[in-house]
Amino acid sequence: MRPMNVSSGQSSAAHPLLEVRGLTVALPEGADRSNAVEEISYQLHSGKITCIVGESGSGKSMTANAIMGLLPKPHVKVSAGQLLFNGSDLLARPDSEMRTVRGADISMIFQEPMTALNPLLTVGEQIAEVLCKNGPLPRKELRDRITKLLADMNLPEPETLQDSYPFRLSGGQRQRIMIAMALALNPKLLIADEPTTALDVTTQKQILHLIREQQKRHGMGVMFITHDFGVVAEIADHIVVMEKGEVVEEGSVEAVLNSPQHPYTRKLIAAVPTLDDHASTTPSEVPLLSVQNICKTFKTRSGMFTKKREVNALRSVSFDLHEGEIIGLVGESGSGKSTLARSVMQLSDIDSGKIAINGEQIGSLGQKLPSFIQFVFQDPYASLNPRRRIGSALTIGPIHHGVPKAEAISRAREMLDVVGLDASAMDRFPHEFSGGQRQRIGIARALTMQPRVLIADEAVSALDVSVQKQVLRLLEDIRLKMGIAILFVTHDLRVAATICHRLLVMRKGEIVEEGPTREIFENPKSEYTKSLLEAVPGKNWHKPVLEERV
Amino acid sequence: MNSPLSLFFGNRAAVIALACLAVITLLALGASLIYPQSPWKMVGAPFQPPAWGGHLMGTDMLGRDIAAGLVHGARVSLLIGLVSTAIALLIGVGIGAVAGYFGGLVDDILMRFTEVFQTIPSLIFAIVLVAIMGPSINSIVIAISVVSWPSVSRLVRAEFMTLRRREYVESSQVLGLPGWRIMLTDILPNAMAPVIVTATLMVATAILMESGLSFLGLGDPDMISWGYQIGAARTMLRAAWWMSFFPGVAIIITVLCLNLVGEGLSDALNPNLKRKKP
Amino acid sequence: MNRLSYLIGRLVKGVFVILAIGVLAFLVIRLVPGDPVAVIAGKSGAVDAEYMDNLRQKLGLDQPLVVQLGIFLKGLVQGDLGQSYRQGAPVSAIILERLPATLLLTLSASAISILLGVLAGAMAARRRGTWADSAIGTLALLFYATPLFWMGLMAILLFSLVLGWFPAFGMVSADMRYEGIRHVLDVLHHLIMPMTILGLFYMAVYARLTRASMLEVSEMDFVRTARAKGLPESYITRRHILRNALLPIITFAGIQAGHLIGGTVLIETVFGWPGIGRLAFDSLLQRDYPVLLGIFIVTSAMVVIFNILTDLLYTLVDPRIEVNK
Repeated sequence: MRPMNVSSGQSSAAHPLLEVRGLTVALPEGADRSNAVEEISYQLHSGKITCIVGESGSGKSMTANAIMGLLPKPHVKVSAGQLLFNGSDLLARPDSEMRTVRGADISMIFQEPMTALNPLLTVGEQIAEVLCKNGPLPRKELRDRITKLLADMNLPEPETLQDSYPFRLSGGQRQRIMIAMALALNPKLLIADEPTTALDVTTQKQILHLIREQQKRHGMGVMFITHDFGVVAEIADHIVVMEKGEVVEEGSVEAVLNSPQHPYTRKLIAAVPTLDDHASTTPSEVPLLSVQNICKTFKTRSGMFTKKREVNALRSVSFDLHEGEIIGLVGESGSGKSTLARSVMQLSDIDSGKIAINGEQIGSLGQKLPSFIQFVFQDPYASLNPRRRIGSALTIGPIHHGVPKAEAISRAREMLDVVGLDASAMDRFPHEFSGGQRQRIGIARALTMQPRVLIADEAVSALDVSVQKQVLRLLEDIRLKMGIAILFVTHDLRVAATICHRLLVMRKGEIVEEGPTREIFENPKSEYTKSLLEAVPGKNWHKPVLEERV
Repeated sequence: MNSPLSLFFGNRAAVIALACLAVITLLALGASLIYPQSPWKMVGAPFQPPAWGGHLMGTDMLGRDIAAGLVHGARVSLLIGLVSTAIALLIGVGIGAVAGYFGGLVDDILMRFTEVFQTIPSLIFAIVLVAIMGPSINSIVIAISVVSWPSVSRLVRAEFMTLRRREYVESSQVLGLPGWRIMLTDILPNAMAPVIVTATLMVATAILMESGLSFLGLGDPDMISWGYQIGAARTMLRAAWWMSFFPGVAIIITVLCLNLVGEGLSDALNPNLKRKKP
Repeated sequence: MNRLSYLIGRLVKGVFVILAIGVLAFLVIRLVPGDPVAVIAGKSGAVDAEYMDNLRQKLGLDQPLVVQLGIFLKGLVQGDLGQSYRQGAPVSAIILERLPATLLLTLSASAISILLGVLAGAMAARRRGTWADSAIGTLALLFYATPLFWMGLMAILLFSLVLGWFPAFGMVSADMRYEGIRHVLDVLHHLIMPMTILGLFYMAVYARLTRASMLEVSEMDFVRTARAKGLPESYITRRHILRNALLPIITFAGIQAGHLIGGTVLIETVFGWPGIGRLAFDSLLQRDYPVLLGIFIVTSAMVVIFNILTDLLYTLVDPRIEVNK
C-alpha cells in the first residue's frame, strides 16, 4: 500500500481551494436524465490530488466543465449551487472575469492529446498564447520561458522543439505540451480530465509521474478525473466516487480503496481486473490454429516524387492456439497485435508465412475462410449494421452457409440465451441496446457460426469496468461450455491476467516473449515485458476481497 | 430519438419549399389543361404588359402568352433536371462504389478518369457536347449527365471508403458473405443519406444549367423553356422587361425550393448535427 | 527540397490531365456519328466539295484513328490548336487575343467573391442564430439560386437602362478612345457590373461554405483547449477557428474554378465582354467547332493551373502536407 501523501504543511482541511457546494447542472429537455449532476458537494485542497472516479455518464467531466465555465452554452447550465474558489463563487463572476481565471488560476488538460493542439500553430506559439495573456513579452524572454517550461516537462531539445508543429510529436509528447501550457502561469488548481486514457501504459506511467512531480513542486491542487481504479491507486490522495450524477462516496485513498462502503464503489472495485488473478488450464495437444512465420510490411505508396515509407507490422510471427485455451496477445499501440489478429481472419493480407486452421492451410488466394473461425470486434457501436434487425444479423451468416432458415433462427435464439439476452431482441434494431448488450450480440453473432476458434480484438476495451467484467465472464463460460479456443487481443495486462492462460507479448511486429500467464507475471524475461508490468497502474494495490452484493 | 422524417417535417422552410415544388410539378403536369394551346401560338397583340388584355404575365414580341410558356417550360426544366440527375447518379454511384470498395489500382484508374472529367469547366463541356450532337432534349440530358456525375462519384467513393472499414462491414466479411452482397446491403444503404441530399442539389444545378444552355440558343427547338424565353427577350429588355423577368423568377423559385429541401434533408439525415449526449 | 518536388509532381500530373482532356476533345468530335468533316465544317451550307477534301487531307482524316490522334496530340503539345474555319486564323492566336479580358474578369470576380464571401460567412458563424446570420444565409441562398445571365440582364435593366450608372455593353467605350489612366478607369467602369454579378453568385457559395466550415472547426478539441486557456473569444475565432476553417475553402476554390470559368460564357455573352466566353458564344453561332474545342482545352488548362496554385497555397498554409503527400 502506498503511503498517504501528506502535503506541504498547509492547514488545507480548513480552507478548501475549491468547494463544490450543492451543484446541479441541468441538461436540455430530451436528454436521458434531467440533470447531469444533482446537488453534489465535495472539496478540493491545495497540495492534494483528488480523483473523481466513475463510469461513463456519471457526470464527472460535466463538473469540471462547470468549474471552468465551459459548459456547452446554451443547452447545459448550472441551475443551483456554488463553486467557491478560495472562498469566492466562480459562478457569480461574469464571462470576462472567468477568462482571466481560466488558464491562469485554474487550468485544464484533456483526454485526447492528438486533437487537443491546433495543427496549424507551432507548440511554442500555443504556449506563448498563455504566457502573453497579461500582455506581450519580449521575444527573447518568451523563448527562454518556453524553453524552461518544456525542459521541466522532460521534453527533449526544448529550444528547437518549440518550433515544431504538433503533428511531429507523439501522443505522450503532446500531452506534456498540454501540461506545460496548463502550468505556464502557475495555476492553483489543475483539472485533468482522463489525461492518460488515450495513452499506452508505459507513457501513462510517465505522465502520471510528471503530474505528481509538478503538483508537489508547485503545491497546487489537482482534480484528476478517471474511470480507472488502477490509476486512482497510483496517484490519488483523496477520492470522490460518482454514479449517475451523484457523489456516492468520498474519502481518503486508503479508506475508499481498501474498505469501500457504498455498494456501487464495492461493485466497481470488485470488477477491477488485477494482475493477481491468473487463469490456467491444460489445453489439448492438437493445435486448432497454427501461425507460422507470417510477415507483413505496410508501404505508403510512393508518389511520383515522394519517398515511400515502410513499416514492418509483422516480422516472422509464429504461434499455436490449442482447443480450449485462451491466448492473450498483448502489446502497446503499433505493436502489430491487431494486424496479426486481422491477418488470421484475412481482413488484412500477409506478405509471407502460413496460417493453418485445424491442420488445413488457409490464406491462398480465392480460398474461403472456414466458418468455424470467428471474430469479435472492439467497438460495440460500430460492429452492428444500424439498419439491420438483430434477428437478421444473427441468421444471415448461417443461412449463407446453407443452414435452413428455421434452424438458423432457432440457433440465433439459443445463442442470445447463451449471452444472456432475451429472444425478443431478434425483432429490434442495434440502437435500442446499450454498449455491453451490443457486445453480447456481437459475440452471439460469432457463436451462431458454431466456431471452434474465436478471435477477440480488444473486445472489452470500450466497455465500462463493470460491464467489462460481465463480458469477460461470458467469454470464459463459452470456452468451458463449448470448448472454444480464444485468441484474446488486448492492451490491458490486467484484463489479460484475468482471462488468459498463455500470453504472447508483442513489440514492433515481433513476439518478444511467450509463456504461461503466471510464469510471465512472476518472472518476466524480456526487458520490454518487465517495463510493461512495471507500468501497470495500481500494481501495488492489492484490492480487498469483496463479496458482491448485487 | 427523432426519426429523420419528423426532423424534416419540423423544418418549416423545407416543408414550405416542398409544397412549392409540389405546386410547380402539378402546374407542369397539368400544363396542357391550363393552357391547352401551344405556347408557341400567337394569342394576342405583341408586347402587352402584364395583366394587360387578359394575359397575366404579358405577351412577347410575337404576341405569345408568357404565362403559357412558363407553365409549359416547367415541364422541360423538371424533366431535364430529374432525368439527367438520375443518369448522373447511376454513373456516379456505380463508379464511386467500385472505386471506394476495391481501392488500389482500380480506385486509381477510376479516380484519374473522374478527375479529367471534373477538370473541364462544366458549362463549356456541356456547350460543346450539345453543339456537336445538335440541340435536342436528349443531347441536353446527356450533356448535363456527363458533366455532373464526377461529383457524385467522388462523394460515393469517399463514403464507401469510410464505411468499408466499419466493423459491421468487416463482420459480414468474416461471416463469409460475398462482396456484392456486402456492398448492396451493408454499405450502400448507409451511404445513401448524403447521396440523397446531393441528388436534390443536383436537380437544382441541372435546371440552372439547362436554362443557361437554352439562353445561349442550345435548347430543344421544339420545346419552350425558361432559359429560351429569357434568351429570346434579351434584345427586348428596354421594351418589354416582363418577357425576361418572369421566367427568371420561375427559375429562382424552383432552384431555391430544391436547395431548401436539400438543406432540410441534410439536417434531418446528418447524425452529426444531433445534439451529443453529455 | 520537399515542396519543390511536390510542385514538379503536380505540374507533371497537370500536363497528363491536359493531354487526357485533349484526347477527350479529339474523341468527342471524331466519334460523333457522321462525317467529321461535315461536323467540323458545320451546317453552314456554303461548304463546297473542294474545301471538304482539303480539310479532310489537312486533318489527316484519310489516316487511321490512332495516327490522327497522334497528330492531334503533337499539335497540342506544340500549342497548335488548329485553324479557325470562319476566321482563317490559328485558334491559339484567336484565343490568346481574348485571354486577358477573361482573366481580368475571372480573377477580379474570384477575388471579391472569396474575400467578401469568407467575411460574410465568418460573420454569420460568429453570430450564429442572430438576425445577421439569417440575413446572410437568406441572401446567400437567393444568389445561389439565381441564374447568372438573368441577374446580369436585370442589372443592365436597372443600372444601365433606367439609372444609367454603368455601361451595359463591352469593355471600353468604343467611341471615346481614352488613353492612359482614363482608359484604365473606363475599363473599370465597364468591369464593375459583370464582375459583381459573377462575384455575387460565388460569394454566396463561399459564405455558406465558410459558415459551415467554421461551425465544424469550432467543435474541435483544440478550440476547447484555447477556451480553457482563457483566450478572448474574438481571438479564438480569428486565430484558431478561421485559420483551420480556411483549409477546405482553399480546396474548394480549386474545384470551383471550372464553374467560374464556365460562368463567364454567360456573363460575357450578356455584357458583351470581349473574352473567351463571348468568343465561345460567337463560335457557337458560327458553328466554328475548332475554336470551340480550343476553348474547351484552354479553359481546362486554366482550371489545371488554378488547381496547382491552390494546392501550392495549401502546402504553404498547412504544415502537415509535406509528410502526408
